[in-house]
Amino acid sequence: MTPSKSKTHVTTPGLDFQSILLNLQRYFASQGAVILQPYDMEVGAGTFHPATTLRALGPDQVWRAAYVQPSRRPTDGRFGENPNRLQHYYQFQAIFKPSPADSQALYLGSLRAIGLDPDMHDIRFVEDDWESPTLGAWGLGWEVWCDGMEVSQFTYFQQVGGIECNPVPLELTYGLERLAMFIQGIDNVYDLDWDGVPGDQGGKCYGDIFHRAEVEFSGWNFYHAETDMLLTHFRDAEAECGRLLGLETPLALPAYDQCMKASHLFNLLDARGVISVTERAAYIGRVRALAKGCCEAWIAEAANV
Amino acid sequence: MSKETLDLFIELVQEEIPARMQDQAGKDLLRLVTAELSAANLAFENASYVVSPRHLALYVSALDSRQADSIVEKRGPRVDAPEQAINGFLASTGMTRDQLVEEETPKGTFLFARSESKGAATSDLLADMITGILANFPWPKSQRWGTTRFRWVRPLHRVNVLVNGAVLDGTLDLDGALMLFGGTSMGHYFENPADIDITGITSMDDYTTRLADAHVIVDGDVRRAMINDQAKALAKANGAIVRPGMTDEIAGLVQFPHPIYGAIEDRFMALPDEVLEASIRSHQKYLTLSAADGTLANGFIVVSNRLPDPDRDAVILAGNQRVLRARLADAEFFWNEDTKIGLEDYLPKLADITFYEGLGSVHDKAMRIEKLAGTIAGYMAGVDAVKAARAARLAKADLVTGMVGEFPELQGLIGGYYARLAGEGDDVAAAIAGHYRPQGPGDSLPESNIALAVSLADKIDSLAGFFGVGAKPTGSKDPFALRRAALGIIRIVREAQIRMPLGEIIELAASHHGFAKADGDLLGFVKERLRVNLRDEGIAHDVIAAAISDDGGANDALDDMLLMADRATALDAFLASSDGAGLMAGWRRAASILAAEENKTKTTFSAATKPALFANDAEGALYAAVTGLSDSDAGMADANIQTKEDLSAMMTALGGLRAPIDKFFEDVVVNDDDPDIRQNRLGLLALIRAKMQQVADFSKLEG
Repeated sequence: MTPSKSKTHVTTPGLDFQSILLNLQRYFASQGAVILQPYDMEVGAGTFHPATTLRALGPDQVWRAAYVQPSRRPTDGRFGENPNRLQHYYQFQAIFKPSPADSQALYLGSLRAIGLDPDMHDIRFVEDDWESPTLGAWGLGWEVWCDGMEVSQFTYFQQVGGIECNPVPLELTYGLERLAMFIQGIDNVYDLDWDGVPGDQGGKCYGDIFHRAEVEFSGWNFYHAETDMLLTHFRDAEAECGRLLGLETPLALPAYDQCMKASHLFNLLDARGVISVTERAAYIGRVRALAKGCCEAWIAEAANV
Repeated sequence: MSKETLDLFIELVQEEIPARMQDQAGKDLLRLVTAELSAANLAFENASYVVSPRHLALYVSALDSRQADSIVEKRGPRVDAPEQAINGFLASTGMTRDQLVEEETPKGTFLFARSESKGAATSDLLADMITGILANFPWPKSQRWGTTRFRWVRPLHRVNVLVNGAVLDGTLDLDGALMLFGGTSMGHYFENPADIDITGITSMDDYTTRLADAHVIVDGDVRRAMINDQAKALAKANGAIVRPGMTDEIAGLVQFPHPIYGAIEDRFMALPDEVLEASIRSHQKYLTLSAADGTLANGFIVVSNRLPDPDRDAVILAGNQRVLRARLADAEFFWNEDTKIGLEDYLPKLADITFYEGLGSVHDKAMRIEKLAGTIAGYMAGVDAVKAARAARLAKADLVTGMVGEFPELQGLIGGYYARLAGEGDDVAAAIAGHYRPQGPGDSLPESNIALAVSLADKIDSLAGFFGVGAKPTGSKDPFALRRAALGIIRIVREAQIRMPLGEIIELAASHHGFAKADGDLLGFVKERLRVNLRDEGIAHDVIAAAISDDGGANDALDDMLLMADRATALDAFLASSDGAGLMAGWRRAASILAAEENKTKTTFSAATKPALFANDAEGALYAAVTGLSDSDAGMADANIQTKEDLSAMMTALGGLRAPIDKFFEDVVVNDDDPDIRQNRLGLLALIRAKMQQVADFSKLEG
């Protein structure tokens, strides 16, 4: 599989990648969500953004937010050679607390907003319970299938950081590349039309923008990342997180930054193949302990404020 | 006057119930409601349920419209009791003296308070009954939503309760909000989003028809039949037949099933059937098809959840084909990448995967089972030890291939394919493919004998390893599925009739791990699985104990699982025969006489008797019969008794004692006046006891 050369990609005005993103933002803004920007740290999924993890808990009886989150999964890198897998991709994330009375209607409205008319497709909700061992979080819900393609994850959060969610938030997660490939009807992610501008007028496809990054980061993730350094960073982040949580007035948000850092460092170490099967569980447990501590500090402090 | 009845209808509308939970939910609703009705002494004619992904409904017809009236009676004091006692009774019943009745009882004349209790109207009982059931509904997993604390499988949108077609007054407390009972259902989410009035329905058929008008086929049986019939016709039109097994799950994913046929590109058909099946069925939930020759056909059927519409069907099919193409292209990519090198070339990569802390890498495991499989093959007739070792060496290599990374459920099978491509013999390849089997109680053994050797080596290595580092199963915790591994060993040796000294092999496996000695509990752990296995076959625990108990004797050293199983089955069969049952009666008599005497004299009778002292023919005949059993002196522990035939011959011989024992007890009084004769007869019984104990521990058998 070779990535497409630029300039020959098919443009799909209105259905290009950035339009899909903008339309999702506009839609959720119209539904009363605050539109946030990506969190400025490496994370594995949009769920890690404090706007989801921490705000799913705490004093806000109402919290509605939507944002795009660049997500890094080092082990999924394929040196730009696989048409479906990326070590860096975009998730769009919406969190609605409490979950609306007709959450499915809210979701289907978002599909309409990005040019995917539910009336012209076979959309169904297939059981898929969600669990994040590193965040100590779980929920029930579905994968949403559109004509056999998983286009979203739909979850009613039950616990985060081991703490019961009350009210219960609804989390909607869209794998934007996959969704855009479906909408544009193409088979190779690198062929995605990014901007709706024809190639001969300087328009860009996904490969133009990200292919080199996929190649270089795959090499770093799998072969070149200095593992001793990563281990040290992991331990530092863990220690700093613990220290911030141990302060007389714990600093929940800075501590949670360190927790996210530790989680990503663990993912990198995993990609480097230096974590054995048994160690894996232990590392996940360590990150979970941090996440749990951050969540507890978050709600405790919120109660004081 | 005929009894008055009513019809009750309950419908729950919620977001998509997971397919695997739907049918059970229908059964549970039926069971719980009918149980409550019965507990309230309310009879009904018929009750049935239907369930779709979003609807769960129950119809109860001709239900008693009220409980029967009943007489409540309370006995008071005797008529001649002190006035104080009578007044107390009056106060407790709220009655006056003249309302009480007097009645004679065998113990005298008593006062009784009788009152009539009016039965309640059924409709007054239903709301509490139903909300109680919903609040405690046994979903395998349930959740909360919004701001309420009520739990349900997914958010619950409506509770519709109709009595004779009219909405029953009632409220479900969601703990944070109230949900009134209603009479408005929902149609197909996309085809008929408007509400549907279901008041006035007169039967379950009426309800299902109204839902069908709103494009919901609410009865799972009907959806299954629609899928089967239409898929069959589609397959037939394409010269194929539908492979069974997916209909139930698919019927739980759609409200209106509409099967559509799609083709699979020929280039993908070169992939192994298992890979295609995993992609098409397990991951995409399509139906797969067989061609006329039984091979996988190059077509699939996707069951759409939409009404037929040529334009939309084309979009839906194109989308599904694109998804399938991406999946199969992935598989094809892995196949091509994986087979650029030989299977053996993957071995070094196994060193990167830790098998378990203290037990080395998966590469270490492969090297260990290579040695062990060769040894085990030596105990199996016609199994080439070199090939068994070779297959074991390569058995785990596919774990680091891209294909198994993508389809973990195909481990082993993929190794088999890659082995063939790498030039390994068919028998080695088949052994690699089959060595994980049997996977569970329902799975059969692999056909290849070499696979059995590898499977045994793999399981014994795991057991010796995990026990060696103290990771033994405890209670319900068995994270490494060691019970299943032990049961797998037992099934293999029994079904394939493999005699081997498991204890020695376990020691060998432990030494390959570098342990000085195998864990002392391991052999007993496997034996315990054997006992469970025999009990599952219906052999009573005391029979198993008599045949193979651990009692500090010779049995403890036994490590041939097949022989032990054969003993138990032979003894079980013998005890079921008339000779066996008769002999047991004789045994009990002899044993109880001996026990009584031994208890009295605090001695144990030696198994010796003097023929010269026999005073009765029956004594001589019994003695001759017992001593005639000489060849099985050592009983089951005899090294010569090794096969089922030997065991049953031994049992038959033992059965020969029955007639002389019966005759002995008929004709002979053990307690003779002459102490020598008495002593001699007790000695004869002790001889019988000793002989029989050699065959099995009859003392363990319960009455």
